[in-house]
Amino acid sequence: MIEFRDVTKKYPDGTVAVDELNLTVEAGTITVFVGPSGCGKTTSLRMVNRMIDPSAGEVLIDGEDVRKSDPALLRRGIGYVIQQAGLFPHRTVLDNVATVPLLSGWTKAKARTRAAELLETVGLPAEMGKRFPAQLSGGQQQRVGVARALAADPPILLMDEPFSAVDPVVREGLQDELLRLQGELDKTIVFVTHDIDEAVRLGEKVAVFRQGGVLAQYDAPAEILARPADDFVSDFVGRDRGYRGLSFVDNEGLPIGQVDTVLVGGAHSPSQQWTLVLVDGDKPRGWLAPGSTVDGEWTTADALAGGSLYTRGTPLRGALDAALSSPAGLGVVVDDAGAYAGVVTAEEVLKVIESRRETAE
Amino acid sequence: MIFSNMIDWLTNGANWQGPEGIPTRVGEHVYYAVLAVLVASAVAVPLGLFVGHTGRGAVFVVAISNALRALPTLGLVTLFVLLLGLGDWPVLIGLIILAVPPILSGTYAGVQDVDRGVIDAARGMGMTGWQRLWKVEVPNALPLLIGGVRSAVLQVVATVAVAAFVGLGGLGRILLSGQKTYKFEVMLGAAVLIALLAVVLDQIIAAIQRLVVPKGLTVAAKAAAPTRGGK
Ligand SMILES: Nc1ncnc2c1ncn2[C@@H]1O[C@H](COP(=O)(O)OP(=O)(O)O)[C@@H](O)[C@H]1O
Ligand SMILES: [Mg+2]
Repeated sequence: MIEFRDVTKKYPDGTVAVDELNLTVEAGTITVFVGPSGCGKTTSLRMVNRMIDPSAGEVLIDGEDVRKSDPALLRRGIGYVIQQAGLFPHRTVLDNVATVPLLSGWTKAKARTRAAELLETVGLPAEMGKRFPAQLSGGQQQRVGVARALAADPPILLMDEPFSAVDPVVREGLQDELLRLQGELDKTIVFVTHDIDEAVRLGEKVAVFRQGGVLAQYDAPAEILARPADDFVSDFVGRDRGYRGLSFVDNEGLPIGQVDTVLVGGAHSPSQQWTLVLVDGDKPRGWLAPGSTVDGEWTTADALAGGSLYTRGTPLRGALDAALSSPAGLGVVVDDAGAYAGVVTAEEVLKVIESRRETAE
Repeated sequence: MIFSNMIDWLTNGANWQGPEGIPTRVGEHVYYAVLAVLVASAVAVPLGLFVGHTGRGAVFVVAISNALRALPTLGLVTLFVLLLGLGDWPVLIGLIILAVPPILSGTYAGVQDVDRGVIDAARGMGMTGWQRLWKVEVPNALPLLIGGVRSAVLQVVATVAVAAFVGLGGLGRILLSGQKTYKFEVMLGAAVLIALLAVVLDQIIAAIQRLVVPKGLTVAAKAAAPTRGGK
């Protein structure tokens, strides 16, 4: 558990970066600090591992004021990941990951064995350990940065915009990976971002900061989207917050229908209905429009591209998006293995939302 | 004609013997140059590391490097001889002062150039100041640091030659005697030897550089090269 008690940070030039922050980060959760640039997120984060000391107030880890600890020793017990990854260019990937264990006096062999395990944990092949940081993509460097932070198995992980510099597709992969890792490792993670989508996606609790280092709202993400504390938060979470809020609405009561399906290349007689094209036996891959004919050797190229897929049992946002993005107006539902499981319509999703509203009232 | 005379001079065994022979002069030249660069490094490297690591005194480093660089080489050496009298040490002090700026600014720039994210990560992982210096800043500063030593060597080798004017040994003596006796082939031969010496010393340091600069940095420099060329 990390507690900020009346923490203020005023820089020598008079800038108040953090203003009387009071906040408790629960152990074993991901807590996200989010807000526009310059609102004191980084400063707040860095007061936890004493990269910065507060001007007033105190930061406690498990009830102990961090200022009682030697900074170097304190930091070896806290994982630290930054935006530029900050990998040591002169060391191999493996030795980068082994840094903290080596600082803590492990033998070289033991530290390297541990480092190799961690590469696997963050989804990198063991051979990559021999490479140098300059030979890695941005996304791979960030994975190494995470592995390096985890090397000494610290209970706390501080992450400052770790995924902001990679492209959106890679970023999403890294976010999924972090959630998966957290499922296994159960760390206390403080994650800084300026991206509200990322905050809502990763955070069990989200702290929204505003200019001047003031905490505007500290709540579960669904709560922040549904009930912003003030105009600033409401502006910051943006216009799509109603739609984003569906990320937190479960799918209970959502009816799943069925459509005709055809295996790619298989015999198809023109039908008055939309027909879903499957590949590899049961994987959805596009649509045949009503009345369309395909003969002879046909491939997925002859079908219309499909929309996004909705994994059964996940929140309604994915269901609505699948329906809206499908050329047939039918969102394709898949099971965890990606196999066709049925279809949903936007209308049915909206009905579920409406009925929830009624029961809530 | 002058070239064939020069070849004759260079290949004449008599010129390769005795206290005024080529090997002796080359030995002196190397001795003075290496001594000056070593002493200069002993001063400039720790100072550059300190300033780069702490960020304190950066203005001083830049100012002093520029000021020293602006001094005329021979003027400086002559000044010390006038102040301290004839002898090796006054000249050597002048040479050391000449060698300091490139090594100092190379070392400082090397440390200063280390990516801020890398320094931040080093601190954040719990390295002490000394660990950060030895494990991160020094290895990453090596290319620029050694680059500074290389230009110091070139400068000092050239200046040792000129310092024959004020009595220092080395290949400059041969140059000078050639001038006095109007033997231009001797002057040319000495000049060629000085240039050759500079190249050989530079290549030796280049070889050392390849040995000590971490492989990761060479790889990074290669990876960065295409973008730099593209600008
Ligand atoms: N070392 C510093 N000296 C003076 N002002 C600083 C310093 N570091 C940050 N600031 C200022 O403090 C405020 C908060 O900065 P920061 O915590 O980095 O914000 P964020 O991470 O939310 O973008 C900003 O106005 C920034 O300019
Ligand atoms: Mg920041």
